[in-house]
Amino acid sequence: MAEPTIYEISSQDRIGFRFPACDVPETALPEGLIRDELPMPEVSELDVIRHFTNLSRLNYSIDSGYYPLGSCTMKYNPKINEEVARLPGFAFSHPLQPVETVQGNLAMMYELQLWLAEICGMAGVTLQPAAGAQGEYTGVLIIRAYHHSRGDLKRTKMLIPDSAHGTNPATSAMSGFEVVGITTDANGNVDLDALKAVLDDTVAGLMLTNPNTLGLFDQNVEEVIRLVHEAGGLVYGDGANLNALLGIVRPGDLGFDIMHFNLHKTFSTPHGGGGPGSGPVGVAKHLVDFLPFPLVGIIEEGDEETPPLYGFVRPEKTIGRMKSFHGQFGMMVRAYNYISMHGPDGLRDIAESAVLNANYLLARLRNTYNVPFDRICMHEFVMEGHLDDAPDVHALDIAKRLMDYDFHPPTNYFPLIVHEALMIEPTETENKQTLDRFADVLIKIAEEARTNPDLLHTAPHHTPVGRLDEVRAAKELVLCCWLPDKI
Amino acid sequence: MNIPTNLKYTNTDEWVLVDGNTATIGVTDHAQEQLSDVVFVEITVNVGDKLAKKTTIATVESVKAAADVNLPVSGKVIAINEDLPQTPELVNTDPYGKAWMIKVELDNPAELDALMDAAGYEKHTKE
Amino acid sequence: MFTPHTDSEREEMLRVIGVRKLDDLFADVPIKLRFPNLELPPAFTEIEARMQMEELAGANETAHDLACFLGAGAYYHYTPAAVDAIIRRGEFLTAYTPYQPEVSQGTLQAVFEFQSLIANLTGMDVSNASHYDGATATAEAAVMAYHHFRGKRTRFILSPSLNPQYREVVKTYMGGYENINLAGENLDPLCQPDDLASLLDDNTALLIVQYPDFFGRIFDFTALIEKAHQFGALVAVAVNPMSLGVLKTPGAMGADIAVGEGQSLGLPLSFGGPYLGFFATKKEYVRKIAGRLVGETADAEGRRGYVLTLTAREQHIRREKATSNICTNQGLMALATTVYMSLLGKHGLKQLANLCYQKAHYAAEQISKLDGYSVVSQRPFFHEFVVKCPKPVDEINWHLLDHDILGGYDLGQDYPSLAGHMLIAVTEMVSKDEIDALCEALEEVNNG
Repeated sequence: MAEPTIYEISSQDRIGFRFPACDVPETALPEGLIRDELPMPEVSELDVIRHFTNLSRLNYSIDSGYYPLGSCTMKYNPKINEEVARLPGFAFSHPLQPVETVQGNLAMMYELQLWLAEICGMAGVTLQPAAGAQGEYTGVLIIRAYHHSRGDLKRTKMLIPDSAHGTNPATSAMSGFEVVGITTDANGNVDLDALKAVLDDTVAGLMLTNPNTLGLFDQNVEEVIRLVHEAGGLVYGDGANLNALLGIVRPGDLGFDIMHFNLHKTFSTPHGGGGPGSGPVGVAKHLVDFLPFPLVGIIEEGDEETPPLYGFVRPEKTIGRMKSFHGQFGMMVRAYNYISMHGPDGLRDIAESAVLNANYLLARLRNTYNVPFDRICMHEFVMEGHLDDAPDVHALDIAKRLMDYDFHPPTNYFPLIVHEALMIEPTETENKQTLDRFADVLIKIAEEARTNPDLLHTAPHHTPVGRLDEVRAAKELVLCCWLPDKI
Repeated sequence: MNIPTNLKYTNTDEWVLVDGNTATIGVTDHAQEQLSDVVFVEITVNVGDKLAKKTTIATVESVKAAADVNLPVSGKVIAINEDLPQTPELVNTDPYGKAWMIKVELDNPAELDALMDAAGYEKHTKE
Repeated sequence: MFTPHTDSEREEMLRVIGVRKLDDLFADVPIKLRFPNLELPPAFTEIEARMQMEELAGANETAHDLACFLGAGAYYHYTPAAVDAIIRRGEFLTAYTPYQPEVSQGTLQAVFEFQSLIANLTGMDVSNASHYDGATATAEAAVMAYHHFRGKRTRFILSPSLNPQYREVVKTYMGGYENINLAGENLDPLCQPDDLASLLDDNTALLIVQYPDFFGRIFDFTALIEKAHQFGALVAVAVNPMSLGVLKTPGAMGADIAVGEGQSLGLPLSFGGPYLGFFATKKEYVRKIAGRLVGETADAEGRRGYVLTLTAREQHIRREKATSNICTNQGLMALATTVYMSLLGKHGLKQLANLCYQKAHYAAEQISKLDGYSVVSQRPFFHEFVVKCPKPVDEINWHLLDHDILGGYDLGQDYPSLAGHMLIAVTEMVSKDEIDALCEALEEVNNG
């Protein structure tokens, strides 16, 4: 049975929540500025709890099953993180309080800045950007500001590999850059010839994801970075795939000038059905002055007896403010707790286990599905969701059929450079039994594709709804529900 | 796949119907096949606009893709298809007829020579 | 640590992969840089980690311990227990973005309801699935206006009584476009809407005003919006959604876009985030909206369902042609406010707005009786007001802290002409006794 909308279960005059009576003498509300109607639901608290509980049961989640989504890093979200984020000292602190009254928050943020810098080999970190895409935007703005500060205004191009996540070109365009694509070679690395052909003094930088979206560590990454630097450009690292590198290698050591982190991927903060994320950015020494304002810093040094006084500082050549206040603080608390529960050995164990899991799945599946770049992968790999002897079956059909086996599909049709792509990232928190079951099911589905393709075309069959009419949704554009008596 | 021989084509899937000094522009059958169900068309120029070749004149959207329609030849806009945005599915059902997008008065008829004929376009779609 | 592998499992997996040891999987990483020693503290177990976090949290004094009169864009409101109970459910908390709608109907329907509630609350036609916060939502309004006019109009008028942080973020976001003219900053911060009208011209893409404004004042913008429309410009109203429990809506005034900060809908202060930006507009602009949209549809059996729609606008399809790079929204926070708005509903939202209004007006009245203090707001105001103080604001606030009171915002930080002025906010979490105590303490500072 479908769950009705909150408006459909409303009943006139029903009360859900009561506030205490007003304890001050009341005055009249301003004339002419009062609304006529307030078309909001009228439901009891039980109605609310039941409604949203029933909705929740229609969802797949990490807590209930495995998500092999490439580049999303759907690892376990530790419950302890939810507890610590809700400690009253964190939850009830106002962002504009005098810094002396929130030294706990500031000390934690300062240390998180240091930890993230240490993990990726950077000199400075801002915690402000709200998400990966905002982190990218911050990084690209820093690149632009850096060149402008040196009087170099002719660097208007941003180089982006064809395997890049859509946010990379979108961010560059938003920042006023012309996007120039770079092809990937047959080994899954950035094509060095293609790169050399476009490098000149009009190039501001290169946005590089390493490992890339094929799950491959670029075998020439140091050379790629050297070439860009030689041409006077900067190299931005998209940190979406950092899970493969924790304790293995530091992007700063490889030569990256800037990178962003996705706390909601690598550092276990929950995806929440689409957000909130958090996208801190790390920069090398020559870019520290451009970081967004405000940045957490030490405003009074301490000594053996007194701790330092933490506060906010304004980098000399700051690009400005990216969002209100200080960033997604609640996610910082979770990420900080997560890092402190792992330490350097734990972080390396994450990367090793993630890469082990991905290669194990690759080994189990490579004889059933075509893997176009068949070499040791990092934390994820891409295979083709298409079988030569089942030409009518596409990646979409395989994805939908997986749901009948209680698996969420992998990322499909991305990266764009692989035909019928299925991108699989197990993460380190999945155990061998889950991986074996997943591989077995995918092998079974390949068989079904040959013998009974219709089963795939009409999948999924066991989910709360079947394939939905997306054309109708886009044409009719019903984006809200109204109260029954509203026109 | 339908590729009328009386039209000229671009390698970005626009078609051009030439009648004297007027050119009518739309997107091809191949384009609509790639897009699948078109849910939205927006014509982004006005009658009277003087435009250079390659200017974007419309956006076409389906559930899985959005594409810009670019002017194959420079000219002055003399008509736009006001009915098309109301019935975007015409791009799928009648790409060469009722789904015409704009008409321009040609600035430089010599630009037509750079366009492909039907045979050339057919070859292009197979690449 | 959360990795599950046993030694024997690891060995078996390496065997299947066909390598001898784990290090072999990292052969592509330059040898000299491989396996760096990270200088981080050794791992804590859950018990030790929790103790460390309690110590850090304990080093703060917060609205929980103090009477809170600080607002300026973030407000101390009560979060009902039911809200947290729902957002802690793993099915919502640990779910991914609903790209596979068949297994995400919980998230999708909740977002659809969020869109509906926001549209209804603001009096607009449609709302998206949320932005990072009020400031970035406002910046996205500017970006949308820019693209609406295809870059032909380059003037953006920002009211001086728009939250200063919002102005900074709009500046950052518009920095990537050519020849942008941001006007309004030089006007007197406490100016009237008519003063803004004089800045309108044919090159104006967007006028942005705040309601209630940064100083708490309420204006009816209907006439100003009409004037802006005469010039062909769009108008965005940055609104405190909680105030719409009683106040006339931006929609009723004719606004083209309503944006704002959803934190005041029961989200915890949490030192500034995660918060919630909302974006609502008229039907005719729906295809220009950035961010996710959920639409209603049905499956082959006719069962009602919800999907992400108009996705062709977004970055993963349009790439460099997308008008925004936004990927994540504030999913869980949108859910939290959906539960909150549902729970409070028609009666609770009205009661809440009224409580804040009444308590603030009582406070203003009592403070205006004190020697040395005067309430500067000349308009109707909602739940914040400006007080001219006899001593520097931070000196007063230090004294208030000694009395367990968190004082208002020092406006001199953002507006030099308002040095010595404090912005005081009052919400339902403050009692009459606490307001009286505030007045006593303020009096003390002046006399002491």
